Amino acid sequence: MLDVKEKFDVAVIGAGHAGCEAALACARLGLETVIFTMSADNIAFMPCNPHIGGSSKGHLVREIDALGGEMGKNIDKTFLQSKMLNTSKGPAVHSLRCQADKMEYSKAMRKVLENQEHLFIKQAEVSEILYEDAVDDLKHDGYIKNIIGVKIFSGIIYEAKAVILCTGTYLKSRCLTGEAITYSGPNGLQPSNLLSESLLKAGIELRRFKTGTPARMDGSTIDYSKMSEQFGDTPVMPFSFDTDPKDVQKEQVSCWLTYTNEKTHEIIRNNIDRSPIYAGIIEGIGPRYCPSIEDKVVKFPDHERHQVFVEPEGTFTNEMYIDGMSSSLPEDVQIAMYRTVPGLENCRIVKNAYAIEYDCLCPGQLHPTLEIMNIHGLFSAGQFNGSSGYEEAAAQGLYAGINAAMQILGKPYLNIDRSEGYIGVLIDDLVTKENLEPYRMMTSRAEYRLLLRQDNADIRLCGKGHEVGLISDEKYNKLLVKIDAINTEVERLKNTIIGANAKMQKFMEENGSSSLKTATSLAELICRPEFSYESIAPIDPERKELPSDVIEQVEITIRYEGYITRQQRQVEQFKKIEKKIIPADIDYDDVSSLRLEARQKLKKFRPVNVGQASRIGGVNPADISVLIIYLDSVYRGNSDEK
Amino acid sequence: MSSVLNNFKNDTICAIATAMSDAGIGIIRVSGSRALEICDKIYCSAKMEHDLKDHKPNTIVYGYICDESNDSENIIVDEVMISYMKAPHSYTREDVIEINSHGGMLVMNQILLLLLEKGCRLAEPGEFTKRAFLNGRIDLTKAEAIMDVISAQNNFALESSRSQLQGKMYEKIKSFREKILYQMAFIESALDDPENYDLEGFPEKLRNTITPLISDIEHLLETADEGLIRKDGIKTVIVGKPNAGKSSLLNMLTGNERAIVTDIAGTTRDIIEETVRLGDIILHVIDTAGIRNTEDIIEKIGVDKAKSKIQEADLVLYIMDSTSDIDEEDKEIISLCKDKKTIVLLNKDDLIENIKVTYDMILDMFSEVANLNVPVIKTSMLNGNGLEELKKSVTDLFLNGDIVPKQEIYITNLRHKDLLNQALVSLKLVIDSIDKNISEDFYTVDLTESYAKLGEIIGEEVGDDLVEEIFSKFCMGK
Repeated sequence: MLDVKEKFDVAVIGAGHAGCEAALACARLGLETVIFTMSADNIAFMPCNPHIGGSSKGHLVREIDALGGEMGKNIDKTFLQSKMLNTSKGPAVHSLRCQADKMEYSKAMRKVLENQEHLFIKQAEVSEILYEDAVDDLKHDGYIKNIIGVKIFSGIIYEAKAVILCTGTYLKSRCLTGEAITYSGPNGLQPSNLLSESLLKAGIELRRFKTGTPARMDGSTIDYSKMSEQFGDTPVMPFSFDTDPKDVQKEQVSCWLTYTNEKTHEIIRNNIDRSPIYAGIIEGIGPRYCPSIEDKVVKFPDHERHQVFVEPEGTFTNEMYIDGMSSSLPEDVQIAMYRTVPGLENCRIVKNAYAIEYDCLCPGQLHPTLEIMNIHGLFSAGQFNGSSGYEEAAAQGLYAGINAAMQILGKPYLNIDRSEGYIGVLIDDLVTKENLEPYRMMTSRAEYRLLLRQDNADIRLCGKGHEVGLISDEKYNKLLVKIDAINTEVERLKNTIIGANAKMQKFMEENGSSSLKTATSLAELICRPEFSYESIAPIDPERKELPSDVIEQVEITIRYEGYITRQQRQVEQFKKIEKKIIPADIDYDDVSSLRLEARQKLKKFRPVNVGQASRIGGVNPADISVLIIYLDSVYRGNSDEK
Repeated sequence: MSSVLNNFKNDTICAIATAMSDAGIGIIRVSGSRALEICDKIYCSAKMEHDLKDHKPNTIVYGYICDESNDSENIIVDEVMISYMKAPHSYTREDVIEINSHGGMLVMNQILLLLLEKGCRLAEPGEFTKRAFLNGRIDLTKAEAIMDVISAQNNFALESSRSQLQGKMYEKIKSFREKILYQMAFIESALDDPENYDLEGFPEKLRNTITPLISDIEHLLETADEGLIRKDGIKTVIVGKPNAGKSSLLNMLTGNERAIVTDIAGTTRDIIEETVRLGDIILHVIDTAGIRNTEDIIEKIGVDKAKSKIQEADLVLYIMDSTSDIDEEDKEIISLCKDKKTIVLLNKDDLIENIKVTYDMILDMFSEVANLNVPVIKTSMLNGNGLEELKKSVTDLFLNGDIVPKQEIYITNLRHKDLLNQALVSLKLVIDSIDKNISEDFYTVDLTESYAKLGEIIGEEVGDDLVEEIFSKFCMGK
């Protein structure tokens, strides 16, 4: 064999949602990057649901965008329907969700990758990661090995300073539909069967996870008259802060809502023993928060019905995705079960529902940078890290990509904590928690969600994106202007006092508001539920015309000031404990009053600060106080010595 | 770093564990891996041998502390009893030696110096307990309760601290937290899984949970004022004109019960107040020095000083001589008492023939000058008349009837009181949000806050400086 070696800075394994973001970030930061995919025709493929965003996931997409990622821009180009969810609730839980045209989404992303300077797409199965023993400098930092590249199935070596594992559900995957098992990746794509061995050999511990997807129906066999039509929003709000709202106003495609019934549940119950999960054939653990229909029937025995959304897969096909009814029951049961649902009585299944099982990383092996412990330069992102969902994957891909680049460039790592973004929550949870099932982002996981809104993701994170070099000066300066405009307007409204005169009382009365007792600021008026920034325009003649995103921030800032301030205080508390650093060379065996379980967990997860330690399962508050006092004794001793 | 760590772990520490006052006996405590070795260097048996090592753990041995560096013949510093508790069966779970010496300050300091000379380090305040904690002997709330037991000055304080140790308070706070947690979990579930959890009608259900919780906490806080007074006592100032009988009053108060000299952490030799017991209530009589040495603080120290003393006090005892006329000076003092709980003691009640001031005159004057309704007690320092009545008046002013600490939880710790107050404020904000029709997802901010603050009380939530705060209150040697 000829000695052919390809030289790159970064090798990304997998071109799903994580891989694409990782590769784009590295290439955009000027690093020569190769991205490996099993199929160049399936880049950024959506093997499950045909939508991007949704509750808390929409937040992730906005944050990816604020940091300079691609997902938001790509869905803005290719969506079929767009909706802001939870608008009846507070702004913190508003979430954007778009139906995607799967084919268009994939094609558009491929184009972005192909047109990206420094980025090369390679269709190949990576069979090995290559590494050497860490040199002394790295050993001192706790590394044992140093990554030097990857080998592909053909034997060709790609040298790289950093490797990012974004293998999704492809490692040793198998798909199950009842008793029928196929050894393939999602949607019949080729699995990656060799890499797991190499990872194990490198000392990485792997486990099996499972996830599932519902059937795709032939749209022409569905009777939509029995379902209720679900429309998109008008006007459409774009995902990306860069997208001009004008560009996303277009005709939208509808989704449809129907329900399961007792008959559906009866069929499932009668055949539950033929589900590979309940029969014990699947060893992998599935996501509790994205349950199969059989899980829902078992978990909620009194529920008479469950929601079923019928959603288009794209304009290239009439296939419809049956959201809410993922399953791994055998095909005969599937046919009978789906046909009990109103509107699906005569449906024909194009693609069966199936469960997919795959290798992924055991918890406790990740640094907060998403680098794998012990192996310098080996990063990982997405489902390989034990998460589920396109958005979760993309967020990690971007984060791992940036940090791999920072490592190579010798710049400080990107760090987003739990008070700065859902991405921070996601990363921290993946790094500190056992996560016995695929991890899904949820609103409830974010303690400081009143601050982590989708509407202010740019304000929260553009600065960090700018710092790492993915956000241009021009864009960043635009943001600074926006922030300034918000602050100025909030101040103006707080300082503009209106007297309790007859004219004002009349205005109050006309708007169904109680009369003014004393002079009041415009800001105080906006706080009244019956008023908004817009509706007080008649009594605010000095107002300048402002962009709608500025007005939105002004209104939220004023209206929820009390809550926001209180949450900010909680963040200050959080940061105090987060600042208590745990030295890398701490010997937990020396902290004798730690309980055994806590000691084992701390040794395994190697938290970088006390806050992180406190979030590790099995480490309780008493252990944390022990740790604080212990560190304090050490630290004080240290400073005394100086 | 590791060498520093070893120092911390390997240091053998010592301190005087008993009060820094000349008492009958005193205890010097030594803890650490070298405790036995170091103590043996300064210990001699009756046969003048260094044989401490040969004695069994957990026994007491008689002998001498000797200073052999001294050239003189008399090398014996003190005659002592030494107890040795072997790790881990000791307070700190390290080897601990307690030297029971004579209690004189000089002797104890000499022994301490010897220990330091032979390799001990002087313990930081609370370091013994800190070690007990770090070595897993006690948890944080126990540490706090231990501190309260140590500093308990009366039965009530002791009982309430004990009940905290036994976990009564823990159970109560835990039940509050469980209720809050359930509500938070419901909101979060509903946000993440709206199909299966419905928030319809939830705000009113939440109100029905939170409202009783608020009154429960308010009730606990009511006990706090009383509990703190019962535990920590009442800052009291005695005022009056010369010869009214101020020192006689103090003598009468202290005569009944032995005066206790407090040593507040860090101010060991600095006596700032006289503590006397009136039944089950403790009075800290401010600036006793002034009162003892001079007959008249108004005259000698000036009205300004009196004013500041009155400002600091929770209780003013205004003593009047019933045989001398009321004058402008009296009126001036009375006006200073305007916002304070005040008791007037009409003294020299025994000199019936000379009485110039009557009960009604005082009431009139107070309502005129200070718009104040005060209890007036006729006393005679000569025969002790009025003491019982004074006791009753103080009790009425500060406490609501009898307390049975065994049955109820009393908040006797300022940290707990503060945290309860913060939890209360947050719960009220939840009700406020419900009243204002704010969307359910906002409730979590304040629910979380109250949950966390309650958790800090029982150590289930790591508060910011909780740990340091608890240990810093310890005195030397504890």
